[in-house]
Amino acid sequence: MKTLKIALVAALGATALTSAAVAQSRNNVQIAGSSTVLPYASIVAELFGENTDFPTPVVESGGSSAGLKRFCEGVGENTIDIANASRAIREKEVAACADAGVTDIIQVRIGYDGIVFASQKDGPAFTAFEPSDIFNAIGAKVLVNGEVVDNPYNNWAEFNPDLPDVGISMFIPGTKHGTREVFEEKVLLIGCEATGAMEAMISGGMSEDDAEDACLAVRTDGGKSVDIDGDYTETLARIDANPDGIGVFGLAFYENNTDKLKVATMSSIAPSTETIASGEYPVSRPLFFYIKKAHIGVIPGLKEYAQFFVSDEIAGPNGPLANYGLVSDPELAETQAMVADENTM
Amino acid sequence: MTDATAATGAPAQARRPFASLLTLDEHTKRRNATEARFKAYGLAAVLAGLFFLVVLFVSIISNGIPAFTRMVVELDFTLTQAQFDEAESQLLKTGAYQGYFVEGFDKALEERGVEVEYDAAVLDRLIGKVGGIMREFYAANPDKIGEEVVFELPTSSRVDGYFNGRLKREDVSDSRFLEASDLDLADELYEAGIIKSDFNWTFITGADSGVDNPGGAGIGASVVGSFFMMIVVLALSLPIGVATSIYLEEFAPKNWFTDLIEVNISNLAAVPSIVFGILGLAVFIQFAGLPQSAPLVGGLVLTLMTLPTIIISTRASLKAVPPSIRDAALGVGASKMQSVFHHVLPLAMPGILTGTIIGLAQALGETAPLLLIGMVGFVARGYPDSFLTGFTEANSAMPAQIYTWAARADASFYEKAWGGIIVLLLFLMTMNIIAIILRRRFERRW
Repeated sequence: MKTLKIALVAALGATALTSAAVAQSRNNVQIAGSSTVLPYASIVAELFGENTDFPTPVVESGGSSAGLKRFCEGVGENTIDIANASRAIREKEVAACADAGVTDIIQVRIGYDGIVFASQKDGPAFTAFEPSDIFNAIGAKVLVNGEVVDNPYNNWAEFNPDLPDVGISMFIPGTKHGTREVFEEKVLLIGCEATGAMEAMISGGMSEDDAEDACLAVRTDGGKSVDIDGDYTETLARIDANPDGIGVFGLAFYENNTDKLKVATMSSIAPSTETIASGEYPVSRPLFFYIKKAHIGVIPGLKEYAQFFVSDEIAGPNGPLANYGLVSDPELAETQAMVADENTM
Repeated sequence: MTDATAATGAPAQARRPFASLLTLDEHTKRRNATEARFKAYGLAAVLAGLFFLVVLFVSIISNGIPAFTRMVVELDFTLTQAQFDEAESQLLKTGAYQGYFVEGFDKALEERGVEVEYDAAVLDRLIGKVGGIMREFYAANPDKIGEEVVFELPTSSRVDGYFNGRLKREDVSDSRFLEASDLDLADELYEAGIIKSDFNWTFITGADSGVDNPGGAGIGASVVGSFFMMIVVLALSLPIGVATSIYLEEFAPKNWFTDLIEVNISNLAAVPSIVFGILGLAVFIQFAGLPQSAPLVGGLVLTLMTLPTIIISTRASLKAVPPSIRDAALGVGASKMQSVFHHVLPLAMPGILTGTIIGLAQALGETAPLLLIGMVGFVARGYPDSFLTGFTEANSAMPAQIYTWAARADASFYEKAWGGIIVLLLFLMTMNIIAIILRRRFERRW
């Protein structure tokens, strides 16, 4: 019985001690957000830990929207310092931030990322797409013989004889991903305009905004378009299991898995760091992270991390990020100056 | 009376047809067949279960074993003081060390002579991220600067995959990270013993690494994170759980209020674990201001999840102690408290411990609640400085680490995830075996 008493006392003692230790302040940078930026952030975080005396920052995933939401929860040690995002922050989010007291935000553009369309390496010959093909395949309403109708297509060859004669099956990023926004803007909307569906919708009596929304609507019948809310590995697993499937990936992810995937050209341009940097490849977007200025000077290593991230050695064209697949920002010098001066948005 | 029964029994027997004990009638046969069928169903169910277990084990082991070995480059390398000073003056110091190592590798091969033609870029593709390891080594051993040191440093993940069979030569045909012709040099170096296979201690002892550095990734730091979480879970859930159970079972009056508590404890056991994560974020981090990503918060969240399991199993084992023990204790003049602590609790101990260990094992394998309190992601903090900071410093946990690796682009991390599963399973099996031994050793029957 004595042992039980001792154990009880020891347990209570340990709890009291740990609660006392908690009083110390946080000494590491805390980051959350986009799963597209996560790989780059993890490379920088590891190098930051190895090359400086600051502890390695903690980088969480969860998607751009989720990250920015946590970023805007307020100022203080129990909130995150940096939000990674694969899209620019929205006005609505800036307002939400301001409501919670997060007023000074530094926007840092780290480079560009390509979005590629890939299928199983040994699958049907999906080698060239136009935005209109993607729109015809998964748009909710498309233009058939001059009329806007519910998407009737089951097969790629039905609307473009150059494409393989197999069933439509696309795996696109879910709405919590920043990638989805780029996919909608640079593929679906362009495809909608190119096929003439948008014009037909407007002349059919829709306002321009409504027509745009209708263009971005994705069909929900029979699993021809599947939203992937997880990471690219989930998309890859779906493609692995489905020879006819087309997946939407980041360029770096594709380059790491060239043994399993083959990539398709978009508007006849093959995706690569060069074609994305030159702007020829149409589906690319900038990547960002956002810093809470109020935390600079409070959380040790926060500004140093940001400066380290955007330095030429890291984010430059020959740095480890470019080597992994990030398209280096030609205006990196301006970003460096902006971070050094702590210029807010 | 017995005569009368015998008399009326005889004609009834005569009405039944003659039945030998050796030949079975229709009805018995049907009953026997039903029994045989039921046994076959049971056996089939057991075999199906076993089959899936074997498939699971074979796939886990065959996928995970490569994580425990790695290919290394063995090289005698000398770092000059000038090189050290130059590297330390740069922003990206590890990159400078990486460059020196490639230079040294190139020079060593030149002196030795190799048949395959290559350039320095090929060597850079063959070796992994070695700068960090080298900087750490020279920071810890400054007296080794200027001396020849034998380094065994990891190769890149694709070279590793080529030698362990994950990648074929044709798989790298489109790859930017390794060209098929690079493998000629890798083959020659392997024959010469410069590239060789080695047990991957980094995987056992290391922390997480960046996505471009699978060779540096290890599960050790997250094992430590899990360990600290389990201490918190044990220190809180065992006393709270046992005290709750003893009170409810032995002292509490039976009324609507204790019934309500009982129902709610059972309900709590069925709550999805992610809910506890949301609660943990709201209460422990945002309200109480505890640090994010800390094993302390992880442990608190898992305590909430484990408590119902422990309370239910403790109450069951207290109930299993026969009332005669309590009555005997009270009968010789023991107080209620004495009867519980001197007689009932020691007898219920094996059951309580088993329930606690199974609850802990469940908590050890849980990822969902950790998602929301910042323990899933890139948490590569290495080992804590002291026992106390181990609770508050950011760290990951084993299942969270496995989840993180499984989501990475490089297939080499996928292998590591399976390797991590093996380590996690070893821990779970050990805990379950301890639970079984405790039960066997202390169990009493009445």
